[in-house]
Amino acid sequence: MKGFSRASNRHPSYWAFIVHRLSGILLTLFLPTHFWALALAIESEATLDEMLRWSDHPLVRASEFILVVLLAAHLTGGLRLLAVEFLPWNDRQKTILAAAGGIALGVGVLFLLNAA
Amino acid sequence: MWTAQRASAAVLAIAVTVHLATVIYAVRGDLTAAEIIARVQGNVAWLIFYVIFVLAAATHAPIGIRTILLESTPLAPRIADALSAAVLLIILILGLRTAFGLYALQT
Amino acid sequence: MSDASDTLIVSVWRGATEGQLVEYTVPRRDNQTVLDAVTYIQRHLDPTLSYRFACRVGMCGSCAMTVNGVPRWTCRTHVTKVAKAGRLKLEPLRNLRVIKDLAVDMSAFFDKLARARGSFQPPKSPRSDFAVVRPDSAERRNAEAAIECIGCGVCYSACDVVAWNREYLGPAALNRAWSLINDVRDAGNLGRLLAVAGDAGCHACHSHQSCRQWCPKHLNPTASIAGLKRAAAKSALKGTL
Repeated sequence: MKGFSRASNRHPSYWAFIVHRLSGILLTLFLPTHFWALALAIESEATLDEMLRWSDHPLVRASEFILVVLLAAHLTGGLRLLAVEFLPWNDRQKTILAAAGGIALGVGVLFLLNAA
Repeated sequence: MWTAQRASAAVLAIAVTVHLATVIYAVRGDLTAAEIIARVQGNVAWLIFYVIFVLAAATHAPIGIRTILLESTPLAPRIADALSAAVLLIILILGLRTAFGLYALQT
Repeated sequence: MSDASDTLIVSVWRGATEGQLVEYTVPRRDNQTVLDAVTYIQRHLDPTLSYRFACRVGMCGSCAMTVNGVPRWTCRTHVTKVAKAGRLKLEPLRNLRVIKDLAVDMSAFFDKLARARGSFQPPKSPRSDFAVVRPDSAERRNAEAAIECIGCGVCYSACDVVAWNREYLGPAALNRAWSLINDVRDAGNLGRLLAVAGDAGCHACHSHQSCRQWCPKHLNPTASIAGLKRAAAKSALKGTL
């Protein structure tokens, strides 16, 4: 593909970039689907109720879970980039942001699981 | 374009957090359709929020896609621009339709 | 451990853009550097091997090449640090045209340095007095952090965006531009900012930080480029760009 994962690339900032890029692509593909499904659902109250019950289906649950994870990953990666580009350089920013990212992701996942 | 990307990213960071929180709240509270509609229908604040959300997404995603197409595919710049514009329109149109659709919901 | 053996198997790229890896067996020595190994091959095994070096003490950057996939200075890389299971793979620097074997054409690298206006531009008329550059000023500290670059090309080779985008000026050129933008004596900064802002300039950087990871002088082009991004955005918003 892009010739990634060369030896010179195996360091954390590069993987962060890959996650950010992949999640961005997947989210772009998902968004229209999300709008379309919602548009169908709100045709009336009845269809919305139906949709809400449909959302209890495990497959839907699973894809929602993946989506929230993608979103959280892209968001935290993006925040890391904004920090690199706009805040004064801090050698520890990588560690700080990685930690923040992990926490955000974890919280998102936990909530989603709890929302069952 | 770079500035637009970062600005829309900042807007999305806030909008996404609010949206996720809302959805989680709704799901945990087992809100029914009727309750959701009651809160959203005719509510200008939610409308404005979602319109801003859609505009930010319609700015952010196409610029990202354009970069990826230019860097990782052999497509010509004009084609990359055209495809990104398509993404922009899709998100804009579908998103605004949904936002206004929610606003105009009838019980 | 693999170091018990007293020889090293070194695969070396022979040819130009087309070519192949050829294996040589090199005796191990104490404190051997990769440059020592390459020199041994050329002197005792195959005099037709082309490679570059000059100072051999880590000051000039001429010996830069790709060692086991990573761009390094061979004179400063000990074999024990990089040889995996007694093997080394030596290739020319990535992202540059190969002239022969391990020697690459650095002109594209230096052309981009010029395109980024990487040289000092004095004011049109001489100043009436010496310029005052306070050592503790933000600009001086910024320039200080970026100034030690010797143009070895390691960062340029490590950079993915350079590989993906032919026009991208690259970390070294942009880092140099940043050091000059922070030089309060320089009179060419509007033109310089124009030269480095845009799709081929600082905005193409995705902050992978491979440049920072491998720079033998421990410079941080990513931070310099971030500075350029901010300067360009500020100028654009002010309408001066």
